[in-house]
Amino acid sequence: MPGLDVIEEAARQLNICNACRYCEGYCPVFRAIETRRDFKKGDVFYLANLCHDCRACYYACMYTPPHEFAINIPQILAESRIESYRRWSWPTFLGSAFKNRSITTYLAASVAAIVCVLALVFIPPGNLFAAHLGPGAFYEVVPYLAMLTGAMILFVYGVAIWLRGGTQFWADTTATPRAPKGLKTFAAALEAAFGLRYLKGGGPGCFYPDERPSSVRRFYHSLTFWGFLTDFVATSLAAVYQDVFHRLPPYELTSAPVIFGSVGGVALIIGTSGLIWIKLRSDREPAGAGASGMDYIFLATLGLAALTGMLTLILRATAAMGSVLVLHLACVAALFATAPYGKFVHAVYRTLAIVRYEMEQGLQSRSSGH
Amino acid sequence: MAEMYDVIVVGGGNAAMCAALSAREGGARVLVLERSPEYERGGNTRHTRNIRCSHAAADQFFSGPYSEEEHLQDLIGVTGGPANPDLAKLAVRESSQLPTWMSAQGVHWQQPLAGTLHLGRTNRWFLGGGKALLNTYYRAAAGKGIEVRYNAHVQDLLIENSHFEAVRLKNGSVEEIIRGRAVVVAAGGYESNIEWLKRYWGDAADNFIIRGTSYNDGTLLAALLNHGAKSIGDPKGFHAIAVDARAPKFDGGIVTRLDVVPFGIVVNREGRRFYDEGEDIWPKRYAIWGTLIATQPGQIAYGIVDSKTIHCFLPPMYKPYEANSLETLAAQLGLPASTCVNTINEFNRAAAGNTVARMEGLDGTCTRGISPPKSNWALPIDQPPYYGLPLRPGITFTYMGVAVDERARVIDQSGRPFQNVYAAGEIMSGNILTKGYLGGFGLTIGSVFGRLAGKEAAANARA
Repeated sequence: MPGLDVIEEAARQLNICNACRYCEGYCPVFRAIETRRDFKKGDVFYLANLCHDCRACYYACMYTPPHEFAINIPQILAESRIESYRRWSWPTFLGSAFKNRSITTYLAASVAAIVCVLALVFIPPGNLFAAHLGPGAFYEVVPYLAMLTGAMILFVYGVAIWLRGGTQFWADTTATPRAPKGLKTFAAALEAAFGLRYLKGGGPGCFYPDERPSSVRRFYHSLTFWGFLTDFVATSLAAVYQDVFHRLPPYELTSAPVIFGSVGGVALIIGTSGLIWIKLRSDREPAGAGASGMDYIFLATLGLAALTGMLTLILRATAAMGSVLVLHLACVAALFATAPYGKFVHAVYRTLAIVRYEMEQGLQSRSSGH
Repeated sequence: MAEMYDVIVVGGGNAAMCAALSAREGGARVLVLERSPEYERGGNTRHTRNIRCSHAAADQFFSGPYSEEEHLQDLIGVTGGPANPDLAKLAVRESSQLPTWMSAQGVHWQQPLAGTLHLGRTNRWFLGGGKALLNTYYRAAAGKGIEVRYNAHVQDLLIENSHFEAVRLKNGSVEEIIRGRAVVVAAGGYESNIEWLKRYWGDAADNFIIRGTSYNDGTLLAALLNHGAKSIGDPKGFHAIAVDARAPKFDGGIVTRLDVVPFGIVVNREGRRFYDEGEDIWPKRYAIWGTLIATQPGQIAYGIVDSKTIHCFLPPMYKPYEANSLETLAAQLGLPASTCVNTINEFNRAAAGNTVARMEGLDGTCTRGISPPKSNWALPIDQPPYYGLPLRPGITFTYMGVAVDERARVIDQSGRPFQNVYAAGEIMSGNILTKGYLGGFGLTIGSVFGRLAGKEAAANARA
């Protein structure tokens, strides 16, 4: 509908869904719609982040364009989601990356470039392009302190912006009923979030990349998510090895950090490539304008970080190790620098939306005496 | 045009797809001719959401048993007795087979929708509603090698000596003949053919809203009647409910329905009440108001409630008119203000002292001393803001169709079946439904007779 802004258009469509309710069986978005009678900005943002873009409702809807009701819930919620990301991000000029994805691309590319330039300036070529063996080999190329400082700055910054956004999400969506925050509620929410329960299209699978239900997206997403977590564990284990057991990397192939890191790395490479591959083939009709660009940048950065990490492992005994290591650090830096300004943020907001949903549902079943 | 199909199915909704899938199970080479473009395939099935089935015991999706006897009694209760009791019994009996067969086609199920728990024992919900059901059937059909053609506008059947030879299609100015050994006609009713409705309703039909597809113009029903098929059912009869007058002429579906009636009063365009708004509970009241409004001047009426009850029914798709005084509301609705306000004041006096309405059942909270009365849930309309919703008849389906026998064969005027012409769905539902409606039973008829017609047609074609 031309002339309406995204939130007004979302409210128009959600009101029609509320009069229909045929999609109630698919996912929590529709059950949350039914507990409301009108849809303000906070409601739209909450529902937009609760939506997993499984697209079941799009293919089941008899009111999709060219019907004059022009219902396209995955699309309008994707666009509302981008609005909400922008609103909750900081600072404003970087938040506009959600509107203009070239900003994210520039940010990722320039952070990666800075890492490479610093490496070329500060690491003597004789060092960078030589083979290094034995404990501390990586730190002979990039000093430990430089690596740690860079990582900590980006990590702490990213987490701070996420926390700030998460707080704003919570404040913006408090129009919903207040409910007890029991442990059970959180457990249920985490189970739904980690298990990707709502990427099942209500049972048969999500309708992605096309109108045939399939579990392929949930599979690749799971690989990506658990791969990322496994790599996070690998990094933490390496820190324990280094700081508790005073053993410097590289570690042998059978060590815990290498095993976790490799499993996670392979899962990430397959997961991100799979997600990119099915996204390329996906139906454009239910997609939000500008949403996929953001997704591609995130997936590519994440996948490249994993790929260069695996190459560092494979090539660590050769003269290429230095260059590959620098590339890996550049990708990781780009990933974390863009974490608050790209698709990575969905991890925060969707989890919070699911927590909010579990709280609402808990309240409902309590009040209806179940 | 040498191509020859075993079974040609005319139509693309639930009954047609059940027929096509079942004919394919019988080994037939099947062609489905769907008149609409692919996007709108499936006719009125797109707007359905559950199916009524007999079953001996509760399961994951049925909350309790529903015997064939009870099922049949419900049908007789609502319709006042089916036109053909044997076919009614057949539909009720065979309905028990449907969930298993549908699951085998890939249909997924869900719990009853919120607010429809009273149907949870008798009806079964397919996940996502009618369009999702159709998507599943079309996927199954593609997987089984059934050919489907869209934008296939069948004009007529070529029938000689009660034997079907071919269908005649028209695409723009191009005519095409497709030959088949048997045909299943599952092409719906004629409710979207306003000219046809005008034969019985006159110009009033211009003010009707058609809830479903705009493609149900009855071309195939007319063709069959022309070829001597026996008609069954009241040609003037249709199932109609009250829908928002602002709804599109066609295809507004479920979201335009308004359940405002029992929560307030309903006046016609003269500002007067004309029927007991509290007469009966859902679904009976649901089914009579369309026809009631169809007989009012201008085929329009207005539901009026106050702030006490505006949030008691499903949120309407279109914003209700809202005003702090009854005069202003009447002006907004274009009603004669003094008559309308008098009507409401008179109603309020008759309902004075009533404070609580219990919507779960007939609560006996009634008006005193006015005509027509409001027999239940009669609360004064006295707490602003006041709300108004314009109502028009929303036609769901028509009753008249062709007579069939217990093998789904179309019967001619002498009572003999055509040799290889079968019918299923709305085009023959008049054999069972004469008036009224039992929620989810339209799909029951379509599925049972669709499967039957497909099986019989395949057997016939391959004999």
